Amino acid sequence: MTIRFNDETFRDDYSYHNSPEAIRRFPFPFDKDDYMYSVNMEPHGTGGRAGSVFEKRFDVDEHYVAEMRDRAITLASDPLRCQSLPHMELAGWDLLELIMQCKAEDYPELFQLHRDGDRWHWVNRPLGIEQRFTFLDPTTLPCGPMEYITRQAQGDFAVLDQRENNLWMDAGMVTSQADWSLDFDIGMNFFEWHAPVPKAAEMGIFQRALKFLLAIPQGSPSRRLNWTMTVNPRLDTSPENYHLWGPEKRTITPENVGAKQYLRVELQSFWRLPRSNALAFPIRCYLIALQDLVTVPKWARRLHRVIRDLPDELAEYKGFTVNRQIITDYLAQFDDGKPTSPGIFADD
Amino acid sequence: MTSLMLRVTAAESLTPLVKRFRFEHPRGATLPLFSGGAHVVVEMPDGDMLRRNAYSLISDPQDGSGYEIAVRREDGGRGGSRFMHGGVRPGDQLRVSLPLNLFALDLRARKHVLIAGGIGITPFIAQVRQLLRMQLPFELHYAARSRTEAAGLHLLPDVPHVHAHISDEGNRMDLGAILSGQPLGTQVYTCGPEGLITAVAQSGARLGWPKSALHSEVFQAPPPGRPFEVMLARSGRTIAVGAHQSLLEALEAAEVEIDWSCRGGACGRCETRVVSCHGRIEHHDHWLSEDEQSAQTRIMPCVSRFRGESLIIDR
Ligand code: FES
Repeated sequence: MTIRFNDETFRDDYSYHNSPEAIRRFPFPFDKDDYMYSVNMEPHGTGGRAGSVFEKRFDVDEHYVAEMRDRAITLASDPLRCQSLPHMELAGWDLLELIMQCKAEDYPELFQLHRDGDRWHWVNRPLGIEQRFTFLDPTTLPCGPMEYITRQAQGDFAVLDQRENNLWMDAGMVTSQADWSLDFDIGMNFFEWHAPVPKAAEMGIFQRALKFLLAIPQGSPSRRLNWTMTVNPRLDTSPENYHLWGPEKRTITPENVGAKQYLRVELQSFWRLPRSNALAFPIRCYLIALQDLVTVPKWARRLHRVIRDLPDELAEYKGFTVNRQIITDYLAQFDDGKPTSPGIFADD
Repeated sequence: MTSLMLRVTAAESLTPLVKRFRFEHPRGATLPLFSGGAHVVVEMPDGDMLRRNAYSLISDPQDGSGYEIAVRREDGGRGGSRFMHGGVRPGDQLRVSLPLNLFALDLRARKHVLIAGGIGITPFIAQVRQLLRMQLPFELHYAARSRTEAAGLHLLPDVPHVHAHISDEGNRMDLGAILSGQPLGTQVYTCGPEGLITAVAQSGARLGWPKSALHSEVFQAPPPGRPFEVMLARSGRTIAVGAHQSLLEALEAAEVEIDWSCRGGACGRCETRVVSCHGRIEHHDHWLSEDEQSAQTRIMPCVSRFRGESLIIDR
């Protein structure tokens, strides 16, 4: 398998685009025609559906190189997007090992890892990186281990310390977030950083989700999908930069909604790290323009029904109330009322 | 629960009651590393029963060449330890889960104080190795009745951080002395009999320690008790739980699907809703809050039992 990496941007001229293959493999998040907030975990790991974003442990796609470039731009303007409290360094090494090992095993033609005891040699062909270093010796890397590896891995990464029957957001690399801030959340526990979710808290969903996460064992990662809507293919929709992307919501018209309105899907996964007992929480973001999404008839029908019937407070929470009517009207033309097949995948 | 079939490569008596077992991958593969305080669950095919017991790993967390555990023979217990002592020999293969840690070190600590009583030394053996490797300040206090019973003495490195308190030699552990004068930001970990854990909590409270700085290893082997019956709401079946069997084991024997992880009342995975309860649930877990326990609307089948007329659970 060879991947052709796109030359594209996630800001300014927004030249981000999905190839037909990328559209087919998009992780469409709705398995039914209606949506309810839930924490529906399923096992993650090797052996996911061939060709899908679930096939490999850390999916690498055509956006990899451009996404890493975008991360570097964001970090240069705001270094606090990457933070690690002092006790999290061991977890950073765990994460580095996990990602390097998975990438080298899953994409041997792109990444290689040679280990000779503590002396490691890492090759990242797409980014043209070759690094010899001593595992667990931070002086042999250009930056901390978590920052080093997450500058080479798509998606945001939160690294959660586990203590007192709770999880603590004590380290992370966050440059492609859906409106949350690492600098604000750093050091918070599971309930604190989830605080603004409406309704779900009453349902005890969080209590149960936390229990599940605390007991995630090594070798059994889990995943779930989350979603929201973003105007323009912008990765960095952080509260710090709301002044840059917030006003863009007002630029949606019935004429441009198909091209400018994106469905934003997060593939969240959870991994127990061996040496530190921390929990790695990668949040991988996938973006698709509505006009591309509707090329899959099942998804067009279903997204229309979901957006149309969504409770108001959820649309508010996800931040697209202003454009909801335009989106619904646009999608309605692709919904002929026919039934949809179960599950998230496109029909063959 | 991910598990591996491993070969027993050593079985050695450390004391008359405690045996050390070493497991390695049959084809020599490296096993996943772990953190100090982690345990594994060992599956023991004992007659027509499949027992699963959790044991702390005592080998070096950074050494993937094998896993080691120390098992104390509990003659009054449920047979798991007797199985390990009686029947398991080098060359045997047993199924072992991947490590899970519910008693991890708090790596923010300025200093770590580890307090062990008897076989409660086991989680600390791997933690001591981790602390030495990370060059973190710590002290370990290990209380045992006599030197012959103190299995941990064979397993701990000879370093000044380790203090043995052997009561036969008139050298009893003085918790007040250990807990006073520690630097701010010290974390305390206790593992051993319930009495020791309570004593540390009380001394700590007296000396003004914050609760969050006092940790204890809470998982334990399921206690035996009187046999009882449970009705399963989803199938209408009634199953019997034997005196030396846990409700979780009885559910598994009846092929009822149920999730688990620690099998010691600490992880929350087996939590089960109670549909109706006429009698008293004997809660032995450290998972449910006191309110949840007294409401009798939830049960942790891995450790808790029932006495009374009828119990119906949502399984
Ligand atoms: S299995 Fe962990 S609490 Fe029951």
